[in-house]
Formats: sequence, C-alpha cells, structure tokens
Amino acid sequence: MASRAVPLSPAVGLSIAIAALILGSAVMVAARADSFALAPADWQAVRFTVLQASLSAAASALLAIPVARALFRRRFPLRGALIRLLAAPFVLPVVVAVMGLLTVFGRGGPINMALAPLGLPEVSIFGLHGVVLANVFFNMPLATRMLLHGWQSIPAERFRLAQSLGLPPSAQFRHLEAPMLRAQLPGIFAVILLICLASFAIALMLGGGPKASTLELAIYQSLRFEFDLGRAALLAAVQFTLCAAITLAAARLTLPQGFGAGLGRRIEMSAAAGWRCVLDVLAIAAAALFLFAPLLAVVIKGVPGLAALPNGLWPAVLRSVSVAVVSALLATSAALVLATGAARSKSRAIELAAMLPLAASSLVLGTGLFLMVRPFVTPETLALPITVLVNATLTLPYLFRLLLPEARQIEVDYGRLTKSLGLPHCTTLRFVILPRLARPLGYGAGLAAALSMGDLGVIALFAGDGGATLPLFVQHLIGAYRLQQAAAASLILVAISFALFWAFDRLGSRYADA
Amino acid sequence: MLTLETLVLQQDDFHLTAHWSVAPGDRVALLGPSGAGKSTLLMALAGFLPPTQGRILWQGADLAGILPGDRPLTILFQDQNLFPHLTLAQNLGLGLSPTLRLTPAQAAQIETALARVGLAGMGARKPGQLSGGQQGRAALARALLRARPVLLLDEPFAALGPALKAEMLDLLDEVATATGAAVLMVTHDPSDAKRFAGKTVLVADGVAQAPVTTAELFANPPQALKDYLG
Repeated sequence: MASRAVPLSPAVGLSIAIAALILGSAVMVAARADSFALAPADWQAVRFTVLQASLSAAASALLAIPVARALFRRRFPLRGALIRLLAAPFVLPVVVAVMGLLTVFGRGGPINMALAPLGLPEVSIFGLHGVVLANVFFNMPLATRMLLHGWQSIPAERFRLAQSLGLPPSAQFRHLEAPMLRAQLPGIFAVILLICLASFAIALMLGGGPKASTLELAIYQSLRFEFDLGRAALLAAVQFTLCAAITLAAARLTLPQGFGAGLGRRIEMSAAAGWRCVLDVLAIAAAALFLFAPLLAVVIKGVPGLAALPNGLWPAVLRSVSVAVVSALLATSAALVLATGAARSKSRAIELAAMLPLAASSLVLGTGLFLMVRPFVTPETLALPITVLVNATLTLPYLFRLLLPEARQIEVDYGRLTKSLGLPHCTTLRFVILPRLARPLGYGAGLAAALSMGDLGVIALFAGDGGATLPLFVQHLIGAYRLQQAAAASLILVAISFALFWAFDRLGSRYADA
Repeated sequence: MLTLETLVLQQDDFHLTAHWSVAPGDRVALLGPSGAGKSTLLMALAGFLPPTQGRILWQGADLAGILPGDRPLTILFQDQNLFPHLTLAQNLGLGLSPTLRLTPAQAAQIETALARVGLAGMGARKPGQLSGGQQGRAALARALLRARPVLLLDEPFAALGPALKAEMLDLLDEVATATGAAVLMVTHDPSDAKRFAGKTVLVADGVAQAPVTTAELFANPPQALKDYLG
C-alpha cells in the first residue's frame, strides 16, 4: 500500500521529459548558432514570416465573422453537415489543399480562365498572396467554428430579452454580439498567428525564393541544401523565440474553444429578412465554395490518375501509416497521463509542460534533434522515429486541451469515491478513467493520427532517397509538375487520413458504449 | 473507539471544534443547521481535510497521514456513490478487491450482499437502470462488504421520500449491526435522529457538541437546538 506514495508521478516525469525535449532543442540550436547577427536575408525571412502570419490570422478571423454569424442565425438543410465539415481542414493534409488551390487558382485553372477573356491580368498563386490564401483556407474554418462557439455561448435568454424589448439588429449586435467578439477575437487571432508562424509546407510549395521564404523554410534550405548548420541553428533559435513570445502573450488571453465536437445547440435569434438574409446566404455560399472547390478539383483531377499510380507510392503509404499510428498512440498516452495528472494536481506545472510544444515548431525540434543525433548516427537512419516523436510532441497540446476538462470532471465526480475506496492508480485508470474518457481519447487519437498522416515538416529534413512519407512523396510529384499523379496520390492520402480519424474515433465510441 | 481530540477545523472564515469519542456500535446523528460544518467534520474524519489542530484517533492511534481508503471507515456521500459505467457487481466488487480481480468466493459474497439489501439478481445492471432507493441500497451493500468498523453517512438518503427513507434507515441499522460498525450520520431532519440514532451530536455555532442521548436532547433542548427547530 505504501508503494502508492511515489514521489515522482508519471505525469511529473513526463512533464520533465517534454520540457527537456523542447528546451533542450532550443538550447541546442542557440549553442550551435555561429553568431547572433542576422544577415539581410535572414531579416527578410523574419519579416516575411511575421507578415504572412499576421495577414493570414487577420484575414481568417475577419472573414469568419460573417460566416459564423450567418451559420448561427440561419437554419437550412445540410447546415449540420457544413459545420462538421468546417472541422475537416484542421486534419486535411497541407499538400492536398495546396494541390487543390493550385488547380483552382493556378495557371490554366478556372479562375484565370475566367479572367483572361475579360482582359484582366493573370493571378499568380505563388508568393505572399498564395501563402496567405492557403493559410486562410486552413484557418478560416477553424476561426468560424471558434466564433460559432462564442455565439452559442451567449445565453438564449439574452436574445429573448432583446427580442422582447424590440431591439433592432444593430442594437442587438452592439449589446450582445460585439462584447462576445471583443472577448473572442484576440484569442482566435493569437491561435491562428501561432499556427501560421510555423507554416513550412505551405511556404515550401507556394512561397520560395528569397522574397517569400518563412523562417521554417529557410531552416530547411540551409540545413538540407546549403549544409550551413550554424545558420540553420540561428534561424531555429529566432523561430523558437518568436513562437515562444507569442505563446506567452497568448497564454494571457482566454483561448477560445472549437476543436471539440457538439455544436448542435439551438438558440433563438431573430433572423432578419431582406438584404441581411441575402448577405448571410452570400457569406455561407462563398465560404462553402472556397472550401469545396479546391477539394473537388483534386477529386476531378485525381480520379483518372488512380488507374496509373506512380511507383514508390505504396511503400510511402506504409511508412506514413506506421508513423501516424505510432505517433497517435504515443501522443494520446502522453496526453492521458498529463491530463489526469494535471486534474489531480493543484499546481499548474504539468499544464504548462503540456502546452510547451506550442512554442516549438516542427523544424525547430527537427534541427535540435538533428544536431543532437548527428555526432552518433546518420540522421537519415532515424528519419521515421524522429518524425514520430516530433509529430506526437506537436499534437500533444491539442489532445491535452481536449482531455483536461473531462479529466477534471472525473476528478470532481469520483475523485473522493476512488480515494475513499482506496483504489490503486491502475484500477482507477482501467475502471474509472478509461471508460469515462474513451470518447475524447478516441477522437483525440483520430485527430493525432490524421495530423501525423498529413504532416509535411520534420520528415522533409531527415528523409533520404526512398525514405519519403506519403505527403513528401506528393510534394515531390508536385515539384516535378506531375500534377495528375500528385492529385491521385493526394486522394489516397486524404482517404487514409480520414479513415484513420474515423477508425480511432469509432474505436473510442465503441469502447465508451460497451 | 474513534476519538476526536481537541479537534479544530478551519477553512477561510469557517471554524469548528470537537472533542469527544464514539464507541463501537454507537449510532450517532450529526444534527444542525446547514453550513454549520456537519459534512466538513465527516470529510475530516474520512481523510479529505487535514485537521487544523488536534487529532483524530482510532484505537488510540493518530489517523493523520493515513489515506482515505486505508482508514478504518466507509463513507457514503450525498451522491456519486456508484460509478455509472460499471455494473452493480463491479461497483460492489471494488469494495472487496480494489483491482476487481474477484475470486468465485468473492463473487458469491457480492451476490449474497445484493440479496441482503433486496437487490438479488441485479448484479449485471448499471446504476442508471436503478431507482434512487435501489442505488442507496447498492451503496449500503458495498459498505456491508467492506465491513469497516466505522460507517460515515453524508445524507445519502436526503433525496428519498419519507417511507423510502425509513426503509433505508432500517436497512442501515441492519448493515451496521451485521458489521458491528459505529455509525455517524449527517442529517438535517430531527426525525431521522429520533428514529435511528441513540445519540445525537448537535453541530452549531462553531462547535460539534459531545454526543448525548437523543431522547434526552429533544426532551430538554438547548437554545441552539431550539433555534434550529424553530
């Protein structure tokens, strides 16, 4: 019985390991940096990184306002399906979305075909606006879901009161909706800014060139092509500082929710007719078109290509699926240990450790690990284990936030009962926590698997010839302008990503219902 | 013998003192206005709240630092006494084997305990399929299996109707007699004290008074009890 009084709980041990990994990488890159003087090209990368991230975050948040408002106050067929689909870009592989955007907005795409007869200049998808466009494609739906949450958190009674007092829509907006937006928008902006600061895959495919290179891309280029370890390390240190600063600033804001499920609650709000209705319809239609057109384009382009799949596809699939499954299991177990530990503990140290990976990025961790393992082994040989580790670490904060509220509720409801019965930790885990947490665990594991399946980050740094994962394989095809094959491989990538998500989610629900 | 030795419990502006003992087999009601600290006292005995001063002794040994599950007592909370996703048999089994690895003999014991509280054959059901009274019975059945020398109850039957509650108190008496346990029961209903408890602790004005015979207490109520009864 005395063995239960272990001084070092698994959650504390794991917290220390995570802190060591993140801070160790940061120290590693800072120590390896040649000097702390940034060259003009490096400053250019810093400026571009901040610029594209700020523009993307602002555009995503602002464009989400009319869409979320329209979705909140209108009822129409397939509304529920549309809201659920808004969650999809979060787990959609970046290469697939870029493939779709290239097809729609690229040379010879429908947009330019429509502009040409009107005598308008051709739009190019490469450079700053391409990067921002792709970032908005991913993050506007996320912002919309977060804002929808915000609107739904306004008590229904307030809307009823406003209606009974006969407040016009403008007054209703000023008294009910504007305060909510003021509270939510800074947090939403910060979350998206943080995501976009670390954009690598998008910049890799749509940016490029010295003028449109993010820090992450610059790290990759100096490590992979210029073999300039000192510069890569310096850039990684800058990237880490930037993300850590934003994470710290964001920690002061109340971060919005919106990763979870459950957006079905019905609240009354006067759905004004007339021009307002027209605006709402336009907002929803435009958002749906913006989201579906690229995906549809991938399907149209990819289906014929399925007949002749390129060589090397299936080994890449195998590598990706293994990485996704292992890193999902790793991330979910770690999140479970940390969330239950944080729910029991009074201090916020565990919570802090679990959120720490937000400050890191794929390439920063990758560079740190590259520098750590290089004296001992060829980094290429560790490409897959390192990808697993980095993917699991980077998805950890999302899973942790998903599990923490439920873990806290279990502690509130049953913490005293389990203690009064003297249940050991393993029994509590097996008979109390796992059954109660099965649903979010399954959902979280699905999320982690899909994110890892589609990830194109650290693998680009480490993969040798013939060691590519599926997203990297697709990116190589795009780079070689084999677009039909790329689209076909994209389809397979999407199918597997969503199949993995569905399978884990389903597993959780089955276990919860049993 | 459970002894509260110059016990002081303090939380923010809440303050409660107690200095008395409970003998094996005693039936004690803790009676008093809400907010007086009846439940807080129970939580301290169960090990969820460390005493600010004084000691809680069992057979002369200090209970400080002993985990709730290792204390010589079973507690029934106001609610959440059963895990909703486990069957009744599993819920009861946790009282016998914290790892739920049950021997056939233990499984038989569970079945007997269920039968004893009038839930024969319901071992496979989950708490959600039971009425409130049946859930209370199941929690009592687990107390029966745990057979600890002290039984603490934090108004677990408060939500039941009068007839059902009387039935539960009779069952509680049976369970306590079978295990020889001393019972401390929080209640705000004087009739519970009169019906079930030989002794009553009046908790009011920051003091949990030493237990006195319930009949005497009501025959000659002190001012605090008069105020409470209204």
